[in-house]
Amino acid sequence: MILRLAWRELRQILLSPLSWIVLGVSQLVTGWWFLLLVEQYRTRYEAVVVQVNSPMGVNDLVVLPFFGSVLLLAMLLLGAALLAMRLMADERRSGSIQLLFSAPLRMSELVLGRYLAGFAFLVLLAIPWMLMPLSLEAGTVLDRGRLLSACLGLVLLAALLAAVAMYASCISRQPPLAALLTTVIGMVLLGIDAGARFMGGYPDALLAYLSALSHYEPLVQGVVGTGSLAYFLLFTTGFLVFSVRRLDALRMQA
Amino acid sequence: MTREILLQTRGLGRRFAERRAVRDVNLEVQRGEVHGLLGLNGAGKTTTLRMLCGTLAPTEGDVRLAGIDLLERPIAARRQLGYLPEVPPLHLDTTVEEYLRYAALLRRVPRRRCKAAVTGALQRCDLEAVAHRLIRNLSKGFRQRVGIAQAIIHEPAVIVLDEPTAGLDPRQVNAVRGLIGELRRDHAVIFSSHILPEVQSLCDRVTILHQGRQVFQGRPGGDSSSHRVRLRFRVQPPLAMVAAVSGLEAVESTDDPHAVIVMPVLDSALDALVKLSVDQGWGLQELSPVRPTLEQIFLELTAGREAA
Repeated sequence: MILRLAWRELRQILLSPLSWIVLGVSQLVTGWWFLLLVEQYRTRYEAVVVQVNSPMGVNDLVVLPFFGSVLLLAMLLLGAALLAMRLMADERRSGSIQLLFSAPLRMSELVLGRYLAGFAFLVLLAIPWMLMPLSLEAGTVLDRGRLLSACLGLVLLAALLAAVAMYASCISRQPPLAALLTTVIGMVLLGIDAGARFMGGYPDALLAYLSALSHYEPLVQGVVGTGSLAYFLLFTTGFLVFSVRRLDALRMQA
Repeated sequence: MTREILLQTRGLGRRFAERRAVRDVNLEVQRGEVHGLLGLNGAGKTTTLRMLCGTLAPTEGDVRLAGIDLLERPIAARRQLGYLPEVPPLHLDTTVEEYLRYAALLRRVPRRRCKAAVTGALQRCDLEAVAHRLIRNLSKGFRQRVGIAQAIIHEPAVIVLDEPTAGLDPRQVNAVRGLIGELRRDHAVIFSSHILPEVQSLCDRVTILHQGRQVFQGRPGGDSSSHRVRLRFRVQPPLAMVAAVSGLEAVESTDDPHAVIVMPVLDSALDALVKLSVDQGWGLQELSPVRPTLEQIFLELTAGREAA
């Protein structure tokens, strides 16, 4: 049931022109950013690296900044915001959510089905980003393990943002509001640590733990720790559970 | 056919904070029956229907769909239910067929039966011609039919329709009424309306809600046992002579001086009256039973209680 729902929902997402615009624009932007990094490496870093006999290479100077870039995260967030508009909020506004409420369907099935579709869409968005660094294999040797770890980080981040989008969509009746909420929650989650350091000037352990970036960055650097995995699992599950609870309440009370 | 009660509520009520929107509603709808839920705007019709569909939790009472308690086994009970809300829950950007396939999926129609279910619903609601059009481009009448199609796609025991003919033009209203008439064969149908003739022509039983209370339940034609008869003559009959016929109880004059309304308590009384008319040359033109119309019942029950 969940998979059938997910498949149907993914097809609906891919039927909408807006999804394709987001897919297209994000590839254009990230592709351009990737080329820029490669170009920068070739013209500026390569000579220096060779000169000082540094252990750094393409992996550190192209792949890492690419996956760690704000641009990439912003594009992922854009995709999540788009998802938030349609996952639930749209149906709440039009009233067609009554169809879901009166159906013999557990809200957990509904949330999971739709979530999987949203997650799949974000992964679809991210797949070309994972393939771009692979193109470097034509001219150099890549650290496959680190690349894999970075890809895992990206997928986990997509999973988290899709769950945020799901939750934002469940708590707002207006699609634009859902998109905005996703962006805000997403930005806070990603950057709460950096923001606090900027404001307070000193690192805070709790905020550092809460921040998604402090768990994403080790993955990009190739450190797959259980702490990071647990963080993503915990927060993703948390947002999904909240979504189910919210819908259950809406079903019987609104 | 045995009596098979498909929808049953007992003491159903809903409270919104301090306000009791609905209280003590008892309904029973059998297979093959159309039940009308009648009331002014705000009487609690939609609230009641939503409680039947499990999209609103009752604060008191219970609901059984095909014998299954909706609150105890919500998933199993909802399988027996097709619901058309006031605003049809359509996805405007899909085609009719796609939408119905989705509705079948949500209702857990097994994958291999989906196609047949969609074809069947399209056929029954006369939608085959528009099956591949986007719902956005359909007229309101068609959209309403799509809404009904999604409600019957999984062959539910109980069909709940919330004001299915609201906002339609007369021809569309007729089409939807025809459809409801057909649905009654295999299902129990309950629908709400504030259009009296519609309820009168379609329903086997009627429940009138007023300010959240069930104020009437019965056949829309009224009780035929206490019927009165209206007679109209070519000339004005002397009331005293009519009243003298034995076996007639009340004799009333009407606005029309040529007509009287009588209440025969003996079967022979009408024969005697007709004979009298022939003998006296009054020239009987019309003889018709007077039943309290639904409108009379409705207005009587809902009038003058606004302040209550």
